[in-house]
Amino acid sequence: MEFYNLTALELAAALKKGEVSVAQAVQAARARMEARREDNAFLTPLSPAPESIDLDASPLAGVPMAYKDNICTRGVPTTCASRMLEGFVPPYDAAAAEHLTAAGAVCMGKLNMDEFAMGSTSETSCRGPVRNPWDPQRSAGGSSGGAAAAVAGGQVWYAIGSDTGGSIRQPAAHCGVTGMKPTYGAVSRYGLVAYASSLDQIGPIARSAADCAAVLDILRGRDRRDSTSVELPGGPLLDALTGRVKGLSIALPEQYLEDGLEGGVAAAVREAADTFRALGARVETVSLPALDWAVSAYYILACAQASSNLARFDGVTCGRRAPEGRDLAQLCAASRTQGFGREVKRRLLLGTFVLSHGYYDAYYKKALQAAALIKDGLNRTLEEYDLILSPVAPTAAPRLGESLSSPLEMYLSDLYTVPANLAGLPAVSFPCGLDGEGMPVGVQLMGRALEDAAVLNAAHAFQLATPWHKMHPEGGKRP
Amino acid sequence: MIWETVIGLETHVELATRTKIFCGCSTSFGAPPNTHCCPVCTGMPGALPVLNRRAVLLAVRAGLALGCTVSRRCAFDRNNYFYPDLPKAYQISQLYLPLCRDGAVDIGGGKTIRIAELHLEEDAGKLVHDPWTEQSLADFNRCGVPLIEIVTRPDFSAAEEVIAYLEKLKLTLQYLGVSDCKIQEGSLRCDVNLSVRPAGSRELGTRTELKNLGSFKAIARAIDYEARRQIELLEEGRPVVQQTRRWDENKDATFPMRSKENAQDYRYFPDPDLPPLELEEAWLDSLAAAQPEMAWEKAARYQTQWGLSADDARTLTGRKPLADYFEAVVELGAPPRRAAGWVLGQLLAALGARGLEAEHIPLPPAALARLIHLVETGALNRNTAARVLEAVFDAGGDVDGYVAAHGLGQISDPAAVEEAARAALAANPKALADWRAGKGKAKGFLVGQVMARLQGRADPALVNRAVDALLEESK
Repeated sequence: MEFYNLTALELAAALKKGEVSVAQAVQAARARMEARREDNAFLTPLSPAPESIDLDASPLAGVPMAYKDNICTRGVPTTCASRMLEGFVPPYDAAAAEHLTAAGAVCMGKLNMDEFAMGSTSETSCRGPVRNPWDPQRSAGGSSGGAAAAVAGGQVWYAIGSDTGGSIRQPAAHCGVTGMKPTYGAVSRYGLVAYASSLDQIGPIARSAADCAAVLDILRGRDRRDSTSVELPGGPLLDALTGRVKGLSIALPEQYLEDGLEGGVAAAVREAADTFRALGARVETVSLPALDWAVSAYYILACAQASSNLARFDGVTCGRRAPEGRDLAQLCAASRTQGFGREVKRRLLLGTFVLSHGYYDAYYKKALQAAALIKDGLNRTLEEYDLILSPVAPTAAPRLGESLSSPLEMYLSDLYTVPANLAGLPAVSFPCGLDGEGMPVGVQLMGRALEDAAVLNAAHAFQLATPWHKMHPEGGKRP
Repeated sequence: MIWETVIGLETHVELATRTKIFCGCSTSFGAPPNTHCCPVCTGMPGALPVLNRRAVLLAVRAGLALGCTVSRRCAFDRNNYFYPDLPKAYQISQLYLPLCRDGAVDIGGGKTIRIAELHLEEDAGKLVHDPWTEQSLADFNRCGVPLIEIVTRPDFSAAEEVIAYLEKLKLTLQYLGVSDCKIQEGSLRCDVNLSVRPAGSRELGTRTELKNLGSFKAIARAIDYEARRQIELLEEGRPVVQQTRRWDENKDATFPMRSKENAQDYRYFPDPDLPPLELEEAWLDSLAAAQPEMAWEKAARYQTQWGLSADDARTLTGRKPLADYFEAVVELGAPPRRAAGWVLGQLLAALGARGLEAEHIPLPPAALARLIHLVETGALNRNTAARVLEAVFDAGGDVDGYVAAHGLGQISDPAAVEEAARAALAANPKALADWRAGKGKAKGFLVGQVMARLQGRADPALVNRAVDALLEESK
């Protein structure tokens, strides 16, 4: 039985019924990991031999999964795809990993990513780029590229990623899977190696919105170790998936469909809008002028926070220590020079600059103000509309090597995803078609803070009506 | 030219919380290196800070006692710099929205020092340099110990004022239970900002910042030295350079710190891991209403309520543990003035002889109260009681046990005293003859002899009466 392309919920149901054993599921995942090794999705593959999984622990108990390598896992290397953290084995689990372990998740390993989650193509990894399962010459997107590729390639049934400016949603779109960035704080950040603390959020990548809801039900919850965490109101998200969007109002920001958007992507998004209309939702174009500043504000805030968050890697405590440091300054400089890659260095320098004496007001403070304006603008739109529909990325997955030469262009491609982070809103990305070259295209729905259920439900309704999330890179649709 | 010195202080005080400001690790001093650490206080990747409510409460108490306005809304900022004792490479502090502002401290002599602000922050670890191996080792036990930084306006003009302020601050914070303020253990640390200017001038001169001041004495000496150094420079027509200078206790002088340490850019920005702290008006009001009695308030009460002298009241309240001890003894029934006499007399002497501080009095208050009770009821005489105190001081304070074991109870059996008196008179015919000859001093000698026969334990009044009676008889 080729059960590797079931959804996570389908596999969990088969496990509960005894049609498949956990060991068989693990074996199937291992076989797929072997078959798709060229994708370079895993940094640390594991061969778990779980003995006593309580299949009633959660709706997903016993299902093999994997973590992006910036989520701390006790006793398992957590490297953030950086030379800086080679050999780092955390003595603690991230809150997300604790929840999942308690829920009977079976961890198949740690996934490749952009170094310290800085990048949009998973090419800044010190262990080489992740290849897109749909086309090995293309990027899987980033920074959670390993997570999206592993799920799309049938290696695991779901994966846990992190999203600071689109790092779950964009690779999910590029790989034809579903990715959810929850409301800021809905999932504890404890144990997530911080990139930009006010924007980082852990979330699921899976093969359907329903799977994402099931995973988020496990991940969610106020954690007293994370002072920014919040409790999502309401019962299980899974129970909220009615599949009905009739009567919902959906805003479509018009500037998103204008210049810069590749033809195939624009067409797929328009088609998705039509699908929602056909399902009984009202879709209207709106104008959201503050969004023009989103990318600039995002990069200032993210780089500035990163420059502080990554300063702890100084060759003294955990992380790489350069052997030749003769004095303190040299030890620190040499360790960081050797440990960090180009893109990380670029962002840390940018971030250090914008926080420097005399520049705080001109950059960081202004970026905070811009973020507040964007948040206000989005919230006002969401007073009038239930959801905001948009593209995820201006193009389908880029070819490997294309983006690294032009960082600015790469940054600008985050245009559609960063507003949800700046405003702390839940947003889901899900497949809505293929472009002219047969590459998957995703669409995004953003909703009100704490209304993650509404966002997932709309995506679920879309998936009940369309076949796109069942497309498989190895040909045709999943059953 | 006549010069005047202008001084402002930045004082860091460790808060007396059981656990650290952003994690659950112990704050206790003197543990083996790196045993009070966790992923949070050692800055491990992914660890996050959680604010200790108790630290906020203590800081608010301090702010209220220093006459500050407590902000209803304050926030935490990151102060970024690389140093091996700071494992996150940033210190969580408060720059933009501090907890308290605009206080004032009356230091006596009609002088008031304005407090600019009081904010919360975390302490760094310690580096231990081993000159033999030329290695530096980091001890992170102190990382994350909660501090308040109290910043004054430049209102001091001399070392004496600085010391008066620090003494008052220390007493205030000790009384609040905010800090033990032990300068030797580093729980109170003070940096001095100092400049000089021609007397009467309104402009401030270029200032230097003095660090590494390990005692009040060092602070006073460093201020005097630095003021003199700056005045000498200016009188020679040379400029004062704005810099941080280190006090060298052995050389009795200040020296500039490396220029790198003078050129820090701390890149402050709001810490995204900690939401702004909102304090409820009602909570602040309840704290203000529950402020404990301060030293000077206690001293006044001891005088009016218990009739203690001003000097005794001031000495007792000068150290909170001593005042607490004294009040505990009174609480157990000892008459306040008697208790004060014992505490300020025998107790302080016993402490002094052992080199102990008032917070380490080994004798339980109940033991001293019992001793005073035995004297008051005539069961022990005062001299014996003093001996008992000395004997049980370090041994758990079992007063009754010691008195019984050594048969020290006062002899108040008139027959026994009379017997001893007869024996004494019989043994000292010369004294008796002297008495008969009208030498009054001879009686005193005889009383002493009787006391000696009774090992000093007899009730003196009884002895006197017995001797008088026998002398009368022998007339």
